[in-house]
This record gives sequence, C-alpha cells and structure tokens, in this order.
Amino acid sequence: MDIAIQAEGLRKRYGDHEALRGVDITVPAGEVLGVLGPNGAGKTTTVRILATLLEADSGRASVAGFDVTKQPRQVRGRIGLTGQYAAVDERLTGRENLRLIGTLYRLGRKAAKARADALLERFELTEAADRPVKTYSGGMRRRLDLAASLIGEPAVLFLDEPTTGLDLTSRLALWEMIREQVGNGVTVLLTTQYLEEADQLADRIAVIDGGQVIADGTPDELKGKVGGERLQVTVGSRAQLPEVVRVLAGVSAGSPTVDEAACGVSIPLLDGISAIAGAASALESLGVEVTDFGVSRPSLDDVFLALTGRSAAPVRTP
Amino acid sequence: MIAYAVSDTWALVGRHMRHIARIPEKLLSITLMPVAYVVIFGCLFGTAIAVPGGDYREYLMAGIFTQTMLSNISNTALGVADDLGNGLVDRFRSLPMSQPAVLVGRTVSALVLSALSCTVMAVVGFAIGWRVHHGVGPALAAFGLLLLLGFAMAWLGALIGLLVRGPEAISAVAFVIVMPLTFLSNAFIPLGGLPAWLRTVCEWNPISAVIAACRELFGNPTALTGTALPSRHPVPMSVALTLVVIVVVAPLATRAYRTAVAR
Repeated sequence: MDIAIQAEGLRKRYGDHEALRGVDITVPAGEVLGVLGPNGAGKTTTVRILATLLEADSGRASVAGFDVTKQPRQVRGRIGLTGQYAAVDERLTGRENLRLIGTLYRLGRKAAKARADALLERFELTEAADRPVKTYSGGMRRRLDLAASLIGEPAVLFLDEPTTGLDLTSRLALWEMIREQVGNGVTVLLTTQYLEEADQLADRIAVIDGGQVIADGTPDELKGKVGGERLQVTVGSRAQLPEVVRVLAGVSAGSPTVDEAACGVSIPLLDGISAIAGAASALESLGVEVTDFGVSRPSLDDVFLALTGRSAAPVRTP
Repeated sequence: MIAYAVSDTWALVGRHMRHIARIPEKLLSITLMPVAYVVIFGCLFGTAIAVPGGDYREYLMAGIFTQTMLSNISNTALGVADDLGNGLVDRFRSLPMSQPAVLVGRTVSALVLSALSCTVMAVVGFAIGWRVHHGVGPALAAFGLLLLLGFAMAWLGALIGLLVRGPEAISAVAFVIVMPLTFLSNAFIPLGGLPAWLRTVCEWNPISAVIAACRELFGNPTALTGTALPSRHPVPMSVALTLVVIVVVAPLATRAYRTAVAR
C-alpha cells in the first residue's frame, strides 16, 4: 500500500450551502498531511467523509486501500479518529473509556485491558486513570481522546483540530505524542487553523478554502510561492518612515511595504543578501534610529494571505 | 455478525449501568417519582374517584406502572442527544463495531431501569393495599407487557433524541407526546363517562390498551365498558399495538443514527 488516503472530486452540499466543491487529496503511507483552512472551509466535512461518518454527494475516496462507501467496516478497522471535541464519556473513568473503546474495536476483553493500561501509561494518565473524566483538564481529555483513537493501532489517523483550545504546554505535549505516532509509521491527516501547527507536524500541506484545495505542497514550497526572504527594518519614530522607504526602495527591485503602527518597513530580497549591505549603509548615512533589522522568511500566514486575500482565522502563537 | 452485535450491546449496557452507579440522583428520579405518584394519586385521588366494581387504589396501580414506562421517552432522548452532542456518536460510528448496538444498548439499559422502577412501585403499591389476584404467572406477564411498552418508548425516545438534539427542545417534545398519551387514557379515570368520540380516541390509545391488559392480568378492576377492539381484547391488542410502535420506530431511529453526526 503506497497511497494511504486518496480522495477524488469529493462534493458535499447541505441545502444551499456547498460545503465541498471537488476536493482532491492524496497522502502517501507514512506521511503527515496538514489540511489548513479557516472555519467553514470544509476541513471537518472532508475528514468525516474519509472516516466513513458522512457520504459524499459525488467523488470517490479510499482509505488504507478500502473504499469509504463500499467497504466502511474495513476502513473503520484501520483508522483512528480524534474529533474537534474530546469524544469520551465524561462519567466513566479514563480506564473504563479506553477499555470500552478497545472492546468495541474487537480487541477482545483481555487485549483491550492491556492496551488501555499501556496507552494510559504512554499518555501520562495512569495517575488519573480511575477518576471520572469530568474531573480531567482540557489537555488530559484531549490526550485521552487521542489515546482512544489509537486503541486499535490504526494505520491511518485522522486528527480534526486536535489542539484547538489547548494551552501551550498541552499543545506541545500533544504534538510530541502525534510525532511519536508518525515515527511508528502511522499516516496522519491533520486539520488545523493554526499555521504553526501545520508547519510543525506536516510533511505536506493542503490549503483548503471554500470547499476546495487551493494550494498544496511542502511548507517550504508554499512559502516559496509567496516570494522568498524579506528584509525587515523597524525604526524609532514614525516620522522617519518615508525617508526609510525611499532609501530601501533604492536597494531592491521589489517595492517596500510599510507597517505604520509598528514603524516597520519590509522589502523583498530579490537578489539575495547583497541588498542587505546596501540597505545597512544607506540607513546609516541617513542617520535614522534603527531599532530592529533582520531577515524574515514568510510564514504560512503570509501564504494564506497571499492565496485567499485574507488572514487565516484567529492566529495564535504558542 | 449476530455474536458481535450481542457482545457490543453488552459492552454498552455495561457503560450505562456504570452511569447509574455514578449518578445516584438518576436512580432516585426513576424510583422516588413513581413512589410519589403511587402515594399521592392513591391516597388523594382515591378518596375522590370511585371505580365501578372495585377499589380505586387497585385500579390506579396499572396506570402508574404504565405512566412510568413513558418516562423512558425523555430519559433515552436526552442520553442519545448527549452522546451525539459531545462527539461520542462520531467515535462509535468510526469504530468497526455493530452500529445498531449503540441504540440497542441504550434501549436495553432503559429496560433495566424500568424493571427496577416496577419492583419499587410494586412494593409500595403492596404497602398501600394493591393486590394481585390471578397468581404469579399472569402478574409476570403484565410486567413483561409493561417492559415491552418501556422498550417501545425508549426507541421512540432514541428517535426523538437523534432528530431534536437540544435538551430543552427534547423536554418540550417529550411533554407534548407524554401528556396526551397519559391523560387521554384510562390511567386515572374510567372512560365510561366520556363523550363517545373522546372515548374512542382514549380506547385506541396504546397506553389505555396496556393499562387495561395489566388490570386484567393483575385481576384488578378494569371498568371496561367500551366497544372498541382494544377494550374488548386488551391483552392481545396491547401487545399488537406496542409491537407496531417498535416495528415502526426502531428502524426509523436506526436510520437516523446511521446518518447522524455531531454538529
């Protein structure tokens, strides 16, 4: 099996609203695909179709070598799903939750028990294992949820916004646990609104907007599409900005962009670093007070902005 | 296939039984409420309502038993909607398990609670003077019939929970269903004095049929004067009407479940 997830022309309509307008996705086995997009872009609908929860109006999809509509049971036996909310039973303990899911995954009672214990240990929940889940913190619930989706040692893991609403520490911990699964050879499809999350975890990224994949590639390829490195200059007073813009325009072929609020100017470094020296000496001869001077690579946020003309949802930096 | 369905159902019944152990209040609501009904209706209404050919408390008990089975509608609906809302249904549907087992596990668990309610009510009823007159066999058949009704109502609740979702809306819908079923029936009053058209409506209410059948099986006063089929043959008609409800509602609920996803 070389291709773990393949979707062709997935369409889904809810009444008047076209949630998916022909989504194509290919994920080779063992890779992590980050599906990036704002709320309502079609990320969750895509995951639900691939995880056999929802039938597409048209198009085909196969997961782990089985057709999602014709062989849903075979697909379900090979996937793990972690949705947007921790889908665990609040009133049961962590251990009971995992044993229940393990039993329903057809592991057999004994194996389900052993697997539950191992996962509790791995996800640092052993101490809380016999407490009802409603006493857990948000991060613990998400860890339990991820553990539940790994019960059957799935070949393909769907993570639908796995860290939305988590604090920094919990996010980093969850990322680490996801990386470990990838290290074990699991294929992962991860949806996220967080550019940084996709950047951190994904081998390839599909940017989805308005129910379509509008760009895909490695994080570096996507960043390359927006243009390369930029020189970023911040000065001490706003009054000096026009002068700085004029000087910088002279050292690069690209046109500068100005951020008035931050007293910053940036220009694309089209001919490599040679412009940096020119800019530095020009600024020095001008005698302006430079508070920051550096080269920045475009973030995925820039990519998103360039592709869609708007920012990618609430940007949170951990 | 069937063996898996049974073992999955069993695992989920275990889940619901744990819930009961974790939330003792739930147990109170299904035992204390019916007891309160027995005492309040039996002792208060008993002084005001006369039943032809018998004692009102004896007449009342089958009504209270049956009314309690109707509480399975809202209980099951709320439970199903909760599972749907917090994503558990999504999880179950992504597992290689028997999918009908999720709803069957729910409705079978509701039966366990119903049996418990019946036991408590029977003890309290006995204490206030209710008796079974035709022996153990028919009495057990009456309880079997009550549980069959409870099962049907749990399926109806599952369907409502999947379609309606919001807890407030579910309470409202359940009320709109339970009120007429309870009061357009012979649960609390004999139907003899009603206008003919209303009596016909009440007689064909499956709840009336179940109540009349229980009274007959318990050997309690039935006060049946009607001519509609369920009044003349309460036992077979009540079984038939209840089975019709299950045969219609259970497939509808199963279909609603197959396409239900959290929103």
